[in-house]
Amino acid sequence: MTASVETTPRAGVEIRLENLQRRYGAVTALNDLSLTLAAGELVALLGPSGCGKTTALRLLAGLEEADGGRVVIGGQDVTGLPANKRDVGMVFQSYSLFPHMVAWENVAFGLQMRKVGPADRKKRAIEMLDLVGLAGFADRYAVQLSGGQQQRVALARALAIRPKVLLLDEPLSALDAKVRSRLRDEIRRVQLEVGITTLFVTHDQEEALAIADRVGVMNAGHIEQLGPPTLVYTRPATPFVAEFVGLTNRLPGTVKRGVVEVRGTELPLVQADAADGPAIALVRPEAVSIASDGDLAAGPLVGTVIAVAFLGATSRVTVDLGDITVLAQMPTSAAAASPAGTRVRLTLRTDPVLIAREETAAVEH
Amino acid sequence: MMGGRRLSLDWIGAVPFLGYVALFLFLPTAIIVAGAFASEGGPTLVNFANLSRPYIVSAVINSVILSAVTAVGGAVLGAILTYAIATGNPRGTFRRMVTSACGVLAQFGGVILAFAFIAAIGPASAVYVYFSQHHLDYYASGVWLYDLRGLELVYLYFQIPLMVLIFLPAVDGIKPQWREATESLGGGTWTYWRYVAGPLLAPAFLGSTLLLFANSLSAYATAAALINQGGPILPLQISNAITSEVGLHEPGFAKAQAVVLIVIVAIVSVLYAVLQRRTARWLQ
Ligand SMILES: Nc1ncnc2c1ncn2[C@@H]1O[C@H](COP(=O)(O)OP(=O)(O)O)[C@@H](O)[C@H]1O
Ligand SMILES: [Mg+2]
Repeated sequence: MTASVETTPRAGVEIRLENLQRRYGAVTALNDLSLTLAAGELVALLGPSGCGKTTALRLLAGLEEADGGRVVIGGQDVTGLPANKRDVGMVFQSYSLFPHMVAWENVAFGLQMRKVGPADRKKRAIEMLDLVGLAGFADRYAVQLSGGQQQRVALARALAIRPKVLLLDEPLSALDAKVRSRLRDEIRRVQLEVGITTLFVTHDQEEALAIADRVGVMNAGHIEQLGPPTLVYTRPATPFVAEFVGLTNRLPGTVKRGVVEVRGTELPLVQADAADGPAIALVRPEAVSIASDGDLAAGPLVGTVIAVAFLGATSRVTVDLGDITVLAQMPTSAAAASPAGTRVRLTLRTDPVLIAREETAAVEH
Repeated sequence: MMGGRRLSLDWIGAVPFLGYVALFLFLPTAIIVAGAFASEGGPTLVNFANLSRPYIVSAVINSVILSAVTAVGGAVLGAILTYAIATGNPRGTFRRMVTSACGVLAQFGGVILAFAFIAAIGPASAVYVYFSQHHLDYYASGVWLYDLRGLELVYLYFQIPLMVLIFLPAVDGIKPQWREATESLGGGTWTYWRYVAGPLLAPAFLGSTLLLFANSLSAYATAAALINQGGPILPLQISNAITSEVGLHEPGFAKAQAVVLIVIVAIVSVLYAVLQRRTARWLQ
């Protein structure tokens, strides 16, 4: 680390987590987790509470020791290094600003640790606050800032030391919805501007899909699928991913010779080797539509609209089929023809679907 | 509301408190101060002039030293105990046991506390007998339990628990993120205490020490029970001045001594308020 204050971004470095293991007593928090972040890439770790996201991030930061595996930052094995030698910037969920220092002093703190002189560190702190849009708030204490502003200062503080990697652990969870999406975009803008390799931990799938270059979906201590947001959403690799990312209809059906028959419709399978027998087909609401031919003769896909949720350009229609309710998502113009109470017939798009066996528990969002 | 201003009735809630303060704080203080300046022949300063008597001067000095020693000792030892509690399991038995014990012991004083020490380590106690038989006669140079050294030890018995009670909320307010943020920014344990935890806890620590000082300064019953000859500290002198033959001839003298106590407590309160104001900027 030099004591310079120039603002040219330096290219990010590659980060590798290799076969990380971590146990707490009987709990396996990380089970052979491997993940490589390309230089300058933003990867979101997404998963339900308790799946090990924070543990992964803390192992990378050096705040926790691994039972097994390696952490490699920019080609250097840092597995044995303590946090204060690793050059990582961290943003916590909340309340992480030092309350007795004003905003610029918080941002300058890491520079002080690096023996940057007082004038230089104040100058650089103000530059960093400017980067996150808070130049006018340099002399405020944390209690005089809103939650979103505090997180911006925390981001500026983490980046001020020009770390090799930026780690964010649910940085938006404590904020209300409106601030959350604005700050999410702001974090992404700053990350791209600085070009730093970033790991962003969240349990909110919308957030992960919106911010990341790639999303790693975690379950029980390992990564189930790693890929670009669109791929994770449209081509979930496992039933867990399908159910955790986005909304999914669980429709009972029967597997027979490589297809699954669901309420009279045969759908191709993603898992080609699935054994014959009863199964649950996981069907996205986008793959369900309302037939426009007016044929309402009794059938397995005929039912009554019980709710229409307006989402903007699209709407989500809830249809009661008697034994089950199904979500269908469609352009708002198409949904307008079927207000609540209308009798409709649904059709299923014949995209390949994933199947789950009975015992796969529904995932809480 | 129909036009006009609404009368704020918020102050009504404070009336019982203000009444209480007026009746039991301001009124007695006024009586004492007025009495200190009064004599049969009209206003006088003679009671204050009498404060220069050597035994009063030494009582004031002893009182301040006793309070300072037990405040600093209680604050340091209490802070160590508080740190041990705060870093342990927040719902653990150790924490619950220590905090409830402190709640009781901080109020423990007077004759019972004095007697507890006399029974436990006094010259007739089994402990003393055992030690003196094994060549550890801790009263070899006098029974210090019955003078100022003894008071210092006995006072610590309620000062330490009081420190735990008033300092624990501040220590609990320290967030683990601050430590971790310090580390990820390149700092170690020393920098954390020097720049983060130290400055954050210092005002609460000093403020608690001042409260301990005032607590010890005004303690009377424990000293009265332990010390039955002379009056090495001011509260005992005041008691003497109220009850003794001599004292009855100069009723304003006890009040003048009480004014000294009031002035010391007032100075401590001002220091305390200054500390509070410094921290108020970053607390709420
Ligand atoms: N310090 C700890 N002591 C004991 N168990 C822990 C500790 N930290 C995490 N765990 C356990 O490890 C698992 C993963 O935790 P964590 O990484 O915090 O999950 P997430 O951040 O995805 O919610 C959880 O079951 C949690 O209870
Ligand atoms: Mg977590």
